Formats: sequence, C-alpha cells, structure tokens
Amino acid sequence: MKVLAAMSGGVDSAVAAARAVDAGHEVVGVHLALSRTPGTLRTGARGCCTIEDSMDAQRAANIIGIPYYVWDFSTRFKEDVVDDFIAEYAAGRTPNPCMRCNERIKFAALLEKALALGFDAVATGHYASIELDEHGNRELHRASDWAKDQSYVLGVLTAEQLAHSMFPLGATPSKAEVRAEAAARGFSVAAKPDSHDICFIPDGDTRGWLADRVGSEQGAILDRSGERIGTHEGALAFTIGQRKGLNVGYPTDDGQPRFVLEIRPKTNEVVVGPREALAVEELAGTTFSWTGIPPVDPSTPFDCEVQVRAHADPVPAMAWVGRAPLNPDATDCAAPSRDELVIVPNQPIIGLSPGQTAVLYVGTRVLGQCTVERTVSAAPVEQAALAR
Amino acid sequence: MTVAIYLDHAATTPMLPEVIAAYTSALSVVGNPSSIHSQGQNAKRMLEEAREQVAASVGADPVEVTFTSGGTEAINLAVKGLYWARNSGSSLSRPRILVARTEHHATIDSVEWLAAHEGAIIDWIPVDPLGRISLAALDAALSSSPDVAFVTVLWANNEVGTIQPVAEIVALASAHGVPVHCDAVSAYGYLPIDFHASGLAAMSISAHKIGGPVGAGALVISRAATVTPLIHGGNQQRARSGTQDAAGAVAFGAAAGVAVARLADTAAPHLRTLRDRLIAGVLAAVPSAVLRGDPVDRLPGNAHFTFPGCEGDSLLFLLDAAGFSVSTGSACQAGVPEASHVLLAMGLPEAEARGALRVTLGHATTQAEVDAFVAALPGAVEQARSAGYADRLTILGR
Repeated sequence: MKVLAAMSGGVDSAVAAARAVDAGHEVVGVHLALSRTPGTLRTGARGCCTIEDSMDAQRAANIIGIPYYVWDFSTRFKEDVVDDFIAEYAAGRTPNPCMRCNERIKFAALLEKALALGFDAVATGHYASIELDEHGNRELHRASDWAKDQSYVLGVLTAEQLAHSMFPLGATPSKAEVRAEAAARGFSVAAKPDSHDICFIPDGDTRGWLADRVGSEQGAILDRSGERIGTHEGALAFTIGQRKGLNVGYPTDDGQPRFVLEIRPKTNEVVVGPREALAVEELAGTTFSWTGIPPVDPSTPFDCEVQVRAHADPVPAMAWVGRAPLNPDATDCAAPSRDELVIVPNQPIIGLSPGQTAVLYVGTRVLGQCTVERTVSAAPVEQAALAR
Repeated sequence: MTVAIYLDHAATTPMLPEVIAAYTSALSVVGNPSSIHSQGQNAKRMLEEAREQVAASVGADPVEVTFTSGGTEAINLAVKGLYWARNSGSSLSRPRILVARTEHHATIDSVEWLAAHEGAIIDWIPVDPLGRISLAALDAALSSSPDVAFVTVLWANNEVGTIQPVAEIVALASAHGVPVHCDAVSAYGYLPIDFHASGLAAMSISAHKIGGPVGAGALVISRAATVTPLIHGGNQQRARSGTQDAAGAVAFGAAAGVAVARLADTAAPHLRTLRDRLIAGVLAAVPSAVLRGDPVDRLPGNAHFTFPGCEGDSLLFLLDAAGFSVSTGSACQAGVPEASHVLLAMGLPEAEARGALRVTLGHATTQAEVDAFVAALPGAVEQARSAGYADRLTILGR
C-alpha cells in the first residue's frame, strides 16, 4: 500500500512510520503545519507545530529513508480546532481539541488530500489497534498497553475514516519499548519528552489563553437554589467539579465543601453545590457516530462501557438511540425530533461537562461516541435543597 | 527511480566541473591571505585574482567587491550598512526606506528589522500585476520626502522572473541624491550587468546561483558610497572583517568567468528558447494555467505559473514523485509553506497564490527535459486539483 505517515516530530509517529516501512508499505512522511506563526525555533519543545518538531520529523524520515514534506493545514486547523475550542468554552462546554483534530484534520483534511494524491492510508503514532471481525469489517480496539491507550481520542472516527487508518504502535507492550526501538533505529527523538496539554497553547495556561480571547468579567456564584453566595472574576476560569478558589466562605453552612456544578456563560454565572450533586446518572447527545459497524438495532438498549475522558476508567452502562425534541423545551410529543444517543451508567459518573466526549466500548472494542449535550443529575436540586 | 530532472536552478544550480577543479585545487593551498610570509602572499594573490574576475564579471573595480558569506549577508550589509551610513549623525536625518513588497525576504526582513529596532520608516512602493515597480509612485515618494535613506530593488524577481527597470529607478533616485541598492542575486549570470554604467551605490550577488559554491557572495559597493560594516574585527576588507575564504573566492571567480562568457555567447538565447518552449507547452497542455510575471521582460530561465484549484505543495509532491525537482516559488518560512508574498503583492487572491509553481532552467537543462516535464504536468495538475485547496471544507468527519 501507499501509506502517508503523519509525522509530528515526536518519537511515536517516527517509530510508526518506520514500522509501516518494515511492513512493506511504500511510505511518505508528512508533517502538518498547523500554525502560520510558529515563532522562533523553540527548544525543549512540548506540543507540536514548532520548527524544531518539523526538523525532528525530517531527520527521522531521513534515517528511515522515506521522502518527507510539510503540508499546510493551518487554515482548517484554526477554524475546525482552535476557533471551535474557543467557541465551545464560550458556550460553557468543555471540548477536547485533540479529538476535533483527529476528526477534522488528521483523518479528514489530511486523509482526503492523501487519498486524492494516490495514497491508500494514513498512519499515525496513536496507541490503538485495528482488528477485523469475522466478516472482515474493521474494528477499533484499545492498545495492548492500557496505560498508553489512545483509542478514546480516536473514538470519533467513522467506518470510512477507519478504513484508511493505520496504527502501527497498537500492539506495542509499552511506551518504553517504543523509545528503545527509536534509540535502536538511531532516531534523535528517542528521548524527546512526551507532548502534553494542548499544542496550540504552548505555555500550558489554558485559562489565561482563553481569557485573552474570550475576555473575563466579574459575575455571580450561585447555590443550587439560585441564591447569590459569592463573586467570581470570570466564569471561564472554572471547570465542572472544581473545588478550590471559589471563595464562598469557609466553613459552609453545612460544613461540606462546595464544587462547581454548572457554568452559565450567557449570564456569566457559576453554580456550586455539594459533591453528590456532581453525580450524573444519565448523559446524552445528538452528535454521535459509530466507529465501524453500528449495533444491529441501536434503538434497543445494549450493554457497553462508557468512558468520558482520555484517562478515565470505563464504567459499565446501558445505551440506546432514542428521540430528542429539536427544541429542548418542547413538551408536545409530536414536536420535531432527532436521534439522540442516551447513556445510563450503572453507577453515577462524577463531574461531567457538556462538550465532553463519551466513548462507548464493548470489551476492548470502540463502539462509538457522542458529544455530551445534556446530563441528568443523580441528586436533583429538590432533594439537595431538602437535605440542606 | 532514475535521477530526477532538475528544474530548480533558481534555488541553486549545479557547480560547473571547471569550478570544482579550481575549488579543490585551491583548498589544498595553505596560507591566510592576511599573513605576511610568502605562503600568505600566495593565498592573497589567489584571492585578489578572484576578486578581479568577480569585479570584471559585473563591470566593477576590484576594490568595490566585498566578499561575503552569500547573497543574504550581502543584502543585510547593504540595507543596514547604507541605513546607518546615511544616518550617521546623532539624529535620524534620513529614516525613510523605499522598497517594494515583492523583494526577497533577505531585504524585507532587514528593512522591517530596521523599522522595529532602528527607527526606520518604510514606504512600500506598489508593483503592477506583472510585478513591475511603479516608477510614478517611486518618483512621488522621492519628490515628497527629503529624508530618504536609500532605495532597494531586485534586478529581477527571484520568484516570478520580472525584470525591473533598474536604469530608470537609479535615474529617479539620483535626481534626488538618493543611493540605490540592487539585489542582483537572481539576475547575475543570466542578464548582462554593468555596475558602473548602472549608477548603483551597491549591488548584491551570490556564487551558487551561477555554478559556484554555496557560502560565497559579494556586495559590490561603489567607490562613491559608504556602508557601515556589520562584522567588526581585522578589517580584512573594505566593509567586512574576518579571515577571507581564498578557495571560495577562487571558485566564485572561476564561476563568474564562465557564467559571463556563456552569457555573451549562447547561454541566455539558449535558455530563452527552452523557456519559451516550456511556457508554450505548459499553456497548451494545461489551458487553465496562468503565466505569472512579465511575459517579455523576464529572466531567461524562469517560468512561473499558477494553476487554479491546485495547492502548490500537492503539485510539488506529485512532480517530485514523478522525478521532477521544481519549486512552489514561495519562501518556506519557518518550515511553514505560505502563499507567496510576491504573488500577494502583485494583487493575487490568496487562494490563487497557493497554486504556484516555479520552473527554472539552467546551464545543464536540455530540450528533452523540458518536453518530459510538459508531458508529466497535466496528469499532476488534474490529480492535485482533485485534492483541492487545503483550506476547503472536508467531507470526512462531518
């Protein structure tokens, strides 16, 4: 096959490209230029998009002996990932930009361009496995090293995207093995630090970066009954489940700590309450997809596990596709509606923000995902109020 | 794969065999040209003979040739050195620089650095859609501003090949007593250059564009002009310190001799014939292609096109895989391909500017190579067009 290896300049994608060559494929390395202004050469790189990363990727391609190019996706990346990230936060949701990048850039903009230019597949350094079912259909599975497993951030891939994806690191027992292999292959990036955080926020200060772009204004901190109990310096500075920095008085009336339960960007309000109010017993979203072959009858509740963060533990759950009114406030059952993926975990999930992605698993297989739009609290406000 | 067909002579052109011979022979000679002993004097003799060859190749006196590490250093020395020399008093009497946005980045980044750090004021002189500088705008700027440090202009544009009216530019500037620097890096060896007749204050040239080695260039500085040095030390040259590279100069001199001899003889007419064959072939094979730059007054080896609906890097990838070395013509700044600042300055919308391809011919190019390129191009354009622009909306993942 003709394979395009997406090379970030990190150790994983370098080894993935080399393994694709070893497997007999005709491989070309491509580094994605995702920022128009990568600034000056930055050493001790974290994240991606620096000149140093591009040079590291090129040196690895040289050693592997494959052609190497830099392709510009900065416009698409800005619109589909960076601007989306800002807009989602501004709307009070918590997006995952890495998933958006996989969905819209690596396995969409890049893959489409690769297919048009004569490639058969895009290979990346993600830790995930592709396996075939008994009919030969492609399935996405967790990597054999669960500690490094990245199947969560690939949960957005559709069957069509999966059909042209290749993850040569999926069966690797551990990251240490990949580093050892990189060193044996003579890659200068063998000991390069892992990238963390969000690549387009180089100093890691997500809140400050957002505040610069969305602005921050003082607003009210409310309790669950709507009573004002404090003042904040900007609603975006908070995350659901946050405990510290609320300044709502200590000790509280009931002696229990308060947690951020809800962020309301439109009114610039932050709602706080007791820890049990963070528990979610149902979550749902109308933007969902199946990773490969969908369930035979998705409208019939099926057993699965749900994972709501890249490194969260999966929770046993029931899920099904139901109907949700287009207008969430509609009470008329004849109102226009659309499909909605509903997930009911066997035990409540603590701390879940709209905008997060819930990925469904059956065993090691990734079944599908949805962006969380609504949650049902395990501790409704009436009970909480009574308890108080 | 067979050896790739090299059609990127504007990036660098193969070293000539006689230059390699002269270079390697000179590399084995020991002696610092500044040493007083006989071996030093021998190195000095080689160096100065080379300086004479380079000076002769551009119609300048040897004392006017300051060797540099290449074209970029020569341009930096000219731009910053002229600026400082023209503002040598305690106040900035002449902070204004007149320059077009189609200049090479060595110039643009240097003048922008002067603006950011040294109080320079930049007057961007517009160019027409073919990339020719507006003489009327230049004249107006010179007439309305008594505080101009200098004018700097490309002899011929390195991307689109358009030749600038250097004589007219110098005439306008001279009428106001303003010196002119010319970046002749891409014109050198391809167009006749007579430095004394040009009336230029300074002119930058580079060896590796004419079959010499990379790492050797020169700033030709008129006896009448002053530039403040960038590099201080042993005062080995008029405008530059540092031990002189005798072997590099010998190779540069050898290349200069060959390039100018060929230019007068057959090189330029031969290149023009091949270039016109390539342009006609491309426009016939890909009717949507647009020739950029001046169709007549252009570098003899330069053909530059845009292909609507294509991303330049897609085309470059496909042609590279097919065995053709060409360029998108845009400076790959910081490793990030961007739409060419030259095409944008010529008024092209960004999308059109992204589909650029520069094909440059040189001393080794054959008609068979040109014909092979023209034959391979339509398929590559068709496939690149199916990939579209990188900023289009995707179908997958939505």
